Amino acid sequence: MKVTLPDRIVVAKVDEIRAQLVTAEASLDVTFDLSSIQALDTAGAWLIIDVQNKIHDRGGRCDIEGASTVHTDLIDVVRNNIPVKEQAQKPRHGFFDWLESVGEATWLGGQSLIEILGFLGTVVARFAGLLIHPGRLRFTSLVHHMQEIGLNAVPIVSLMAFLIGVVMAFQGAVQLRQFGAEVFVVDLIAISILRELGILLTAIIVAGRSGAAFTAAIGSMKMREEIDAMQTLGLDPIEVLVLPRVLGLVIMLPLLGFVADVMGLFGGAVMAWIELGVSPGMFQTRLYDSVDVWHYAVGLIKAPFFAVIIGIVGSYEGLKVGGDAESLGRLTSTSVVLSIFLVIVADALFSIFFAVVGV
Amino acid sequence: MQDAREIIIQVRGLRNQFGDHVVHDGLDLDVFRGEVLGVVGGSGTGKSVLLRAIVGLLRPQAGSIAVFGTDMLNASDQARQKIEQRWGVMFQDGALFSSLTVRENVEVPMREQTDLSPQTRRALAELKLSMVGLPPNAFDKYPSELSGGMRKRAGLARALALDPEIVFLDEPTAGLDPIGAAAFDALIKKLQTTLGLTVFMVTHDLDSLHAICDRIAVLAEKRVFVTGTMTDMLDVDHPWVHEYFHGPRARAAGVGN
Repeated sequence: MKVTLPDRIVVAKVDEIRAQLVTAEASLDVTFDLSSIQALDTAGAWLIIDVQNKIHDRGGRCDIEGASTVHTDLIDVVRNNIPVKEQAQKPRHGFFDWLESVGEATWLGGQSLIEILGFLGTVVARFAGLLIHPGRLRFTSLVHHMQEIGLNAVPIVSLMAFLIGVVMAFQGAVQLRQFGAEVFVVDLIAISILRELGILLTAIIVAGRSGAAFTAAIGSMKMREEIDAMQTLGLDPIEVLVLPRVLGLVIMLPLLGFVADVMGLFGGAVMAWIELGVSPGMFQTRLYDSVDVWHYAVGLIKAPFFAVIIGIVGSYEGLKVGGDAESLGRLTSTSVVLSIFLVIVADALFSIFFAVVGV
Repeated sequence: MQDAREIIIQVRGLRNQFGDHVVHDGLDLDVFRGEVLGVVGGSGTGKSVLLRAIVGLLRPQAGSIAVFGTDMLNASDQARQKIEQRWGVMFQDGALFSSLTVRENVEVPMREQTDLSPQTRRALAELKLSMVGLPPNAFDKYPSELSGGMRKRAGLARALALDPEIVFLDEPTAGLDPIGAAAFDALIKKLQTTLGLTVFMVTHDLDSLHAICDRIAVLAEKRVFVTGTMTDMLDVDHPWVHEYFHGPRARAAGVGN
């Protein structure tokens, strides 16, 4: 059969024209008449070639006639450039494929844990080197990060701890009043804030604030090849970038934890006074009498460990950033999630440890 | 002879200014259908600014820009969009969307501007990528996994996705090795002859100018100082133009031989 093609075969009309060619595509002997074509672009040429190839595949004949030289050239160029069809990948939906991906994810998770431990080891080794040559410490950088991590976080940490104290007192009051044991609200607030909540929530806020900032800052330096430039200039990125940040965290997180403890107790005391009529004097006496100083120590002992986790994870994820902006965003969020997760895991391990040693 | 050809981009009295810094003042330029125009100029003469002004990324302080006879600065949004579909732009480093694979990048303009079926889109995108010389195993890679030259090629494929009549190229060969640059020049020339493209190319590369440009426009003194063929350039009596076309690099590129 002979088919006269329409005058315009351009990219926007390809599907429409293909629908018109269904009968031609199904037959085995077709001649396309291109003499009336005014406008033909690569998409149109591709359409003609594709239909032609389909007919050839079924053993039919398909000829082209009446094409101008320009159009013939265009069709030839397109024909020479049609990519060779690759074997389509089979879809992966089966149970074994799922099992394989779970296994792969587990393996990769284990690998990255080992890598983080390796990174921790490197940082500790550099720190040891710093103890031998204290002059190599980037003091300005350390102070800058201490301000950024610590001082600038005081308002948000104080507000957070104050509100937690208020909430604890309020919730505790409702329950304890049923037993007429209002005064125990002091024990409730003091133990939960000093032992757990003060430092844990501070660590979570710092992970979100500073951990994410570490990853973003180091990651964008990695993206712009600044880290590579440092290495070629004989500067050690771990000494220049990572150590001041981790040290800054280790120094500042306990201090922030202390601020959180004080503000939490203050918030609890205010609420206990308003809601339960426990006067500040009574609150103080009760605090001295019944809350051991170890509760406070247990909280602050954990702080440097949390600081190392946040600093190491934040810096490690930053150094893993590749060349594209996409990975920077992904790794920043990974960094926050992973450091909060690891902080909570560490907190759980500390709980078991302190229970075993009996403090 | 050239004046008889159809003018498809007409720039008149263009003035671009950033704060106190005047980049262009009273700039006139014509681009004819089917030619390869190379725009050259020293650093800071506003070659890229001119390109950005023509494609509408930057609004000039004064002057007029007409593309296919439509006044781009005063046209309605629809009219402007219709014109924008008739050109493609390739940015310096390809400007591919990093969250999409190379093939998906080429499909973006098709998805936005046409209602083609996914199969057709896919086939056309692969055809375009193959035309610019990317191997099939690169189609499903992300831009970050490609070399600079391949990213440029993919950027060109995206600019060509809808078979535009004009392509704007911002330093297409910058950062490529000489062999890669020559191949890129040949590719642009081949596409220009088979597809009947008009090419507006900002470049520093004397080899490209020599090999593929029909006409050269030199930006100097805040305007298009002179336009003409490579031979015309050799006779221009302006210190920068003379230095540029008679310098050691120009001789190495075989200019004037």
